[in-house]
Amino acid sequence: MREATVKMSVLLGTIFNPARRLPGGQAFDGDMLGYFLQRLAQALVVMLVISALVFAGVYGIGNPIDVLLSPDATQAIREATIKAYGLDQPLWVQYRDFLLRLAAGDFGRSFVFNMPVLELILSRLPATLELTLLAVFGATFAGVPLGMYAGYRPDGIAARAIMAFSVLGFSVPTFWIGLVLILTFAVTLGWLPAGGRGETADLFGVPFSFLTLDGWSYLALPALNLSLFKFAMMVRLARAGTRETMLGDAVKFARAAGESEWTILHRHVLRLIAIPIVTVFGLEFGSTLAFAVVTETIFSWPGVGKLIIDSISSLDRPVMVAYLMLVAFLFILINFLVDIAYAALDPRLRAARAR
Amino acid sequence: MNGNSPLLRFWDEFVENRVALAAFLLVVAIVGIAALAPIVAPQDPYDLASLALADARRPPGFVGSKGFTHWLGTDAQGRDLLSAILYGLRVSLQVGLAAGAFAFAVGATLGAVAAFAGGRTESFIMRFIDLQLSFPAILLALVLAAVLGQGKWQLVTALVTAQYAYFARTAHGAAAAERAKDYVMAALSTPLSARRVVFRHILPNCLPPLIVVATVQVANSIALEATLSFLGLGLPVTEPSLGMLIANGFQYMLSGRYWISIYPGVALIVLIVAINLVGDQIRDQLNPRLRR
Amino acid sequence: MTALLEVRDLATHFATRTGVVRAVDGVTLSLAPGEIIGLVGESGSGKSVTGFSILGLVDPPGRIVRGSVRFEGRELVGLPHGELRSLRGRRIAMVFQDPSATLNPVLTILDQMRLALEAHERIGKAAARARAAEILTRVGIPDAGRRLDSYPHQLSGGMRQRVAIAIALLNRPALVVCDEPTTALDVSIQAQILAEMKSLARESGTALIWISHDLSTVSALASRILVMYAGRVVEEGTVGDVLSAPRHPYTRGLLDSLPSLATPGQDLRQIPGAMPSLSDPPPGCAFAPRCAHAVDACTAMPDLVGAGGRGVRCHRPLGDAP
Repeated sequence: MREATVKMSVLLGTIFNPARRLPGGQAFDGDMLGYFLQRLAQALVVMLVISALVFAGVYGIGNPIDVLLSPDATQAIREATIKAYGLDQPLWVQYRDFLLRLAAGDFGRSFVFNMPVLELILSRLPATLELTLLAVFGATFAGVPLGMYAGYRPDGIAARAIMAFSVLGFSVPTFWIGLVLILTFAVTLGWLPAGGRGETADLFGVPFSFLTLDGWSYLALPALNLSLFKFAMMVRLARAGTRETMLGDAVKFARAAGESEWTILHRHVLRLIAIPIVTVFGLEFGSTLAFAVVTETIFSWPGVGKLIIDSISSLDRPVMVAYLMLVAFLFILINFLVDIAYAALDPRLRAARAR
Repeated sequence: MNGNSPLLRFWDEFVENRVALAAFLLVVAIVGIAALAPIVAPQDPYDLASLALADARRPPGFVGSKGFTHWLGTDAQGRDLLSAILYGLRVSLQVGLAAGAFAFAVGATLGAVAAFAGGRTESFIMRFIDLQLSFPAILLALVLAAVLGQGKWQLVTALVTAQYAYFARTAHGAAAAERAKDYVMAALSTPLSARRVVFRHILPNCLPPLIVVATVQVANSIALEATLSFLGLGLPVTEPSLGMLIANGFQYMLSGRYWISIYPGVALIVLIVAINLVGDQIRDQLNPRLRR
Repeated sequence: MTALLEVRDLATHFATRTGVVRAVDGVTLSLAPGEIIGLVGESGSGKSVTGFSILGLVDPPGRIVRGSVRFEGRELVGLPHGELRSLRGRRIAMVFQDPSATLNPVLTILDQMRLALEAHERIGKAAARARAAEILTRVGIPDAGRRLDSYPHQLSGGMRQRVAIAIALLNRPALVVCDEPTTALDVSIQAQILAEMKSLARESGTALIWISHDLSTVSALASRILVMYAGRVVEEGTVGDVLSAPRHPYTRGLLDSLPSLATPGQDLRQIPGAMPSLSDPPPGCAFAPRCAHAVDACTAMPDLVGAGGRGVRCHRPLGDAP
């Protein structure tokens, strides 16, 4: 959960040493198309490995037939159901069938909802995406300036307050912050609802909460809950990067040229620390999707996170498998986009690619 | 320039930060109280005979049928919350420390092996670890906890699997940097001194970053365990950790009985924040770039 | 002629965990317009900190604790931040040792030069580009117009240092403090840059303080030399005087250890020992523990004595009748 500390030290190294790469990423070498194909092939292998692991792991849980049928179902009905879902086949046959269906775009049917898994997940995805995006953007736009300030004046009272707050955001488990938010704003003050999604409006035929005022009142608490950890992380990342760059010769040279502190901060320092920040932004977007599991459960937010927890407790295997595959896919996609952003931000890498 | 051993010097510098010192003492105190829970707790929360339903969900300060004051109130089963928290701390610490220790052992070994094996072995191990690191630990732990079922060791296994990669990465980085140094290269070419070099030079040099990771990861394990237990995927009901106490109280919070969730949560947070503060200070002290 | 820069009894100390480091402890120097002086000493002698102190660029925990820096008749110590900033880059500029660390790796040369221009005037894009290209050409960068869009990593070390020099000269300052600008470069590039600096300074009337550990570099450039040791000036004089008739045993030692002055086939002579700790210096002359001529009197700090810009801080200066 707090892998950030380790990740951060890796990332900070990249400011001054672009040769150091991130988990999952590789430096450009050769032409763009070759690079793209190489990454694609790699992604396919990774997806295959993950699908096998996920399938094997998930199909080890309990006996789904108990979930599908009432305890007093006859033996004949039991066997018919087992056959219908292919549960009598050996595991590898089930996996092979699963892969074949997967290739055809069929993720199976949910045992519990009795509808295609893909449709089920896609219907829940917008709610999660809007929550996650709001949380990550909010955390970045609030966290980076505050963190830079804390790094610029590390001994000031404001910097200490910002850091103390970020230690809290970093240390306190998300679910606990959720509880406190509910207790404060929903139970005690009664300002905001404790759960649900509120009124939605359609955009491109998809319902979103952020389009209505009522929706915002439902969105506020879970988004705040989900963003606090990312906020703390952005604060720390920006602070550490700022502190380090402020001590460097580049800043001293800019000062010697008479540039104002404001120019130095937003033209020099921000550009230098933008590289790890964009990376974290991407990677954290993925892990925020994962953390949405907790937030959605607490605030009864009807997204994919709540769906996966419900599926785990009801042993709805196809949903679990499809969800994990989806997350893995998103991660690979994000890693790829982060690498592209990296090259755009760091001219040293662009040069390496052009060579 | 006081203190003669490096450890002593480290400690001297550590205690200069009052906050870190307070946090360290707090961690020691919490571990002590948790270890002594059966002696200091007013009630054995696992002993069903000592529970009375008439005492359930009473606010802090309530004097129960057993004649003693429930300073933090009681939970839904009529358990004294203070006792439940002390026992819960015990469980959380056990799980956190066990997970941290195993993850340390597995991860550091793997990382060091990768660094020294080099070649294909190294790139295979590190590729796998990078892949895992790009995947959120909580999801991994969530799925594993679900797959393995409830139980203390199942949970520890899930946590170790989710966290060993951080140790492996750190150990690999440090060991690879050491290995590249000339004296190690020279020593490794003579079989006799290789062992000595590993134990006398390489391990001690890899230890500081690993200790930082370990501090952070123990706090993580505790938080992760609480999260999983809160989601109903962690420990069995017979051994309630702090996370489960919080989860049990959640349903009563909306009706204003805040204490069942809030007090175990406060205990959890104090513990995690204190560990993280200690870890922060250690990291700052070990970071040569911030040293003056 | 009135002095461009007058530094009097300047002291910059660093409060560290292990005590107060007196990096600069009572430096006095003056500089006429267009003059080039060399500030020489080994690492840790306080020569760089002196340079930073003149521009008010000492990072905490360092602090100017006493003394005065008068530049163009204005006192710089204690000057409000805004006024000091408007002087920096416009009237006083600085060039650093390592060009790969001073330039921002993620901004183009043009962007960095524009930031330096915009710090002091409102200037349009086209005008800034023209000014930047012109000055790059002057510092000897071929095809300057095209180089403007490069990033620092695309240039060689020598080119990068030329860009840094160009940025320093951009606003035609009256004084440039050069902190070992050629140390990190190849010897052949060093010589080129030295020659260029000298002619640039002459044609624009810019005064230079050239900080270096290398007496021979400085002697090729400067008209006067100040030798620093342990935070103090121990000898000053014209290049000719100092090189041909050094009076401080430390200067003598520095000269003796120069390969170019050594007799072929003989070992270079070294100064025995190392510079004392600046947080806990010995009483009296800081060089005494390493000095072959030290006597009991050296446990008291000697004054810098002399006249007409020729001075030495020694109880038993060389060349005196015994």
